[in-house]
Amino acid sequence: MPKINIKKYILVFLITTIIFFTAFAISQTLNDRKINEIRATADKISIDILTLETQFELLQETSSCEKIDGSILTDELNSLADKLSYAESHNEIDSQEVSQLKKYYSLLEIKDFLLIKKFQDKCDIRPIIIVYFYSNKRNCDDCQRQGYVLTSLREQYPQLRVYTFDYDLDSSVIKTIISLYEIGNQLPAIMINDKVYNGFQSIEDIEKKLPSLTQVTHTSTPLSD
Amino acid sequence: MLYIFIFVGLYFQIFLLVTLLEKNNRFFEEKLGDKQRKWPTINITVPCFNEENTVTETILSLLNLDYPKDKLSFIVIDDGSTDNTFNVVKKLTEKYSQIKLIKKENGGKHTALNLGLRENNSELVAGLDADSFVDPQALKRMIPYFDDPKIMAVTPAIRIHKPKNIIQFMQKAEYNFGILGRHLMAKIDAIHVTPGPLSIFRKKVFDNLGEYKHAHNTEDMEIAFRMQENGYKIANCSNAFVYTVAPSTIRKLHVQRVRWMSGFLKNCLDYRHLFFKKKYGNMGVFTLPFSFISIFIALYVLGTILYNIGHYIIEKIIKMNTIGFNFSLPHFDWFFVNTESISILALVTIIFTIAFIFIGKKMAEGNIKLSRDIFYFILFYSFISPFWLTKAVYNTITSKVSPWR
Repeated sequence: MPKINIKKYILVFLITTIIFFTAFAISQTLNDRKINEIRATADKISIDILTLETQFELLQETSSCEKIDGSILTDELNSLADKLSYAESHNEIDSQEVSQLKKYYSLLEIKDFLLIKKFQDKCDIRPIIIVYFYSNKRNCDDCQRQGYVLTSLREQYPQLRVYTFDYDLDSSVIKTIISLYEIGNQLPAIMINDKVYNGFQSIEDIEKKLPSLTQVTHTSTPLSD
Repeated sequence: MLYIFIFVGLYFQIFLLVTLLEKNNRFFEEKLGDKQRKWPTINITVPCFNEENTVTETILSLLNLDYPKDKLSFIVIDDGSTDNTFNVVKKLTEKYSQIKLIKKENGGKHTALNLGLRENNSELVAGLDADSFVDPQALKRMIPYFDDPKIMAVTPAIRIHKPKNIIQFMQKAEYNFGILGRHLMAKIDAIHVTPGPLSIFRKKVFDNLGEYKHAHNTEDMEIAFRMQENGYKIANCSNAFVYTVAPSTIRKLHVQRVRWMSGFLKNCLDYRHLFFKKKYGNMGVFTLPFSFISIFIALYVLGTILYNIGHYIIEKIIKMNTIGFNFSLPHFDWFFVNTESISILALVTIIFTIAFIFIGKKMAEGNIKLSRDIFYFILFYSFISPFWLTKAVYNTITSKVSPWR
């Protein structure tokens, strides 16, 4: 009768189990690092916004508009958005943590948005802003396409500031914005110069609605001049 | 589900790795060159059906075998060929008297092999497909294994004969990988195929267990199943090389693999009583059930991979339709590297697979250089194998016969 080496079967089972748990542990460690990286970026942006706010308040006292570089902040916000979007699409990254960070990110965006508006009034500058609403929960195929369009525009025109909000995120501030600017239920929705457009907008559509976009140079410049 | 499949797959790979690291028995290799030994008589049957292009080279390779001529005989069975095979072999018989040629009505490979068995009284018998060519040292390397009276059959190491195109190069890497696989299966007494190209048997295997069967056009698999069922040991000589002509087109390869895979599935069903029975050793408890399940695992995993690739391509097409062609060099950021545990585990299994491919190459060719056959195998095999696996499963479920050609 052929022999079976039970010890070998057990040994192989142990090795396989060890490899399995090691893979889980490595994955967990790396995913935690990713979350920490997102949190660190968000914290840095928070400090930057606070700095800008403080700078702005100081300038208000002197009634002058000195150069304040906000373009770095935009890049960081975009990078944070990409990382959050990636983390959201991967199940093994703590979804609760991601959801919290997303709310944090949305708040930072709103603060940045309000700050830019203040700059606009005070310093007579015309920042190029698009506010974009999408949804992950509902079936929104056009949201994916709209995302491609806005990413492409952002790459093409570094001065463009795109503020992205998850329409269905459980955040009272987002709900306030939706109600304040009367963003309709039909997604994707974008807001240009306080005017809301529901449904997919192509690159050409946006360029028509935002002529200043095509007039700016393709290099990153400070917010005010 | 995917985690269970990966665990099972990884378990099998580690089982093979542990088997590989177990102490090797070099006894038989040392016996090579022992000129004093008594060589047994052996008969090699070459079944042919429309093999006019390759049969001459096959026979010439047999005539070139380094083995006592008085102990070696050949029978060529023309199994009702409709081409010029008979005349081609006839010419050779006029020149070489040790070749016996028999023509019969077409009845399938197993009938030709059985006729060969009935026509000789050698101690050992072997078959050789008429599209295969033996290395001159093959017999002298294989025969010493029969010094162990428990060994009833010895399988060789099969390599691809002069690969010319991508399909054949891909199979070259696969066959080299197979050399390692068969070597390991032999170490745990779990060989479930005694391939057509030069597997050697003691004649009494057929006297005791009966002749070859049709066995869903995989008679070389069925006889191995039958031997394992009866506790007959099958060894492997991984340095006895036989070269076989590989299918040269995807269609031919597909037909061959559908036959192999559906033959395997059907033989598994015929011999299902072997499954999970301790008395049938590693083959019953582990390798046979695993090999059976692995077809479905492979289908599931490859299906998932293809689905993801398809999904990625569709996304890219949508993106291109939306914003036009926009080429930009990817910017590397470790953050976007997939660090899910399933990806890490998949990477481990891929590393093991590649390691096995290189070990197989080392066994077959004596080096571990990265060559185009390995490149083609890694690049294309996963994409085309799901087609024959699916068809084989379909043929098994619907009891459809998988033809030879």
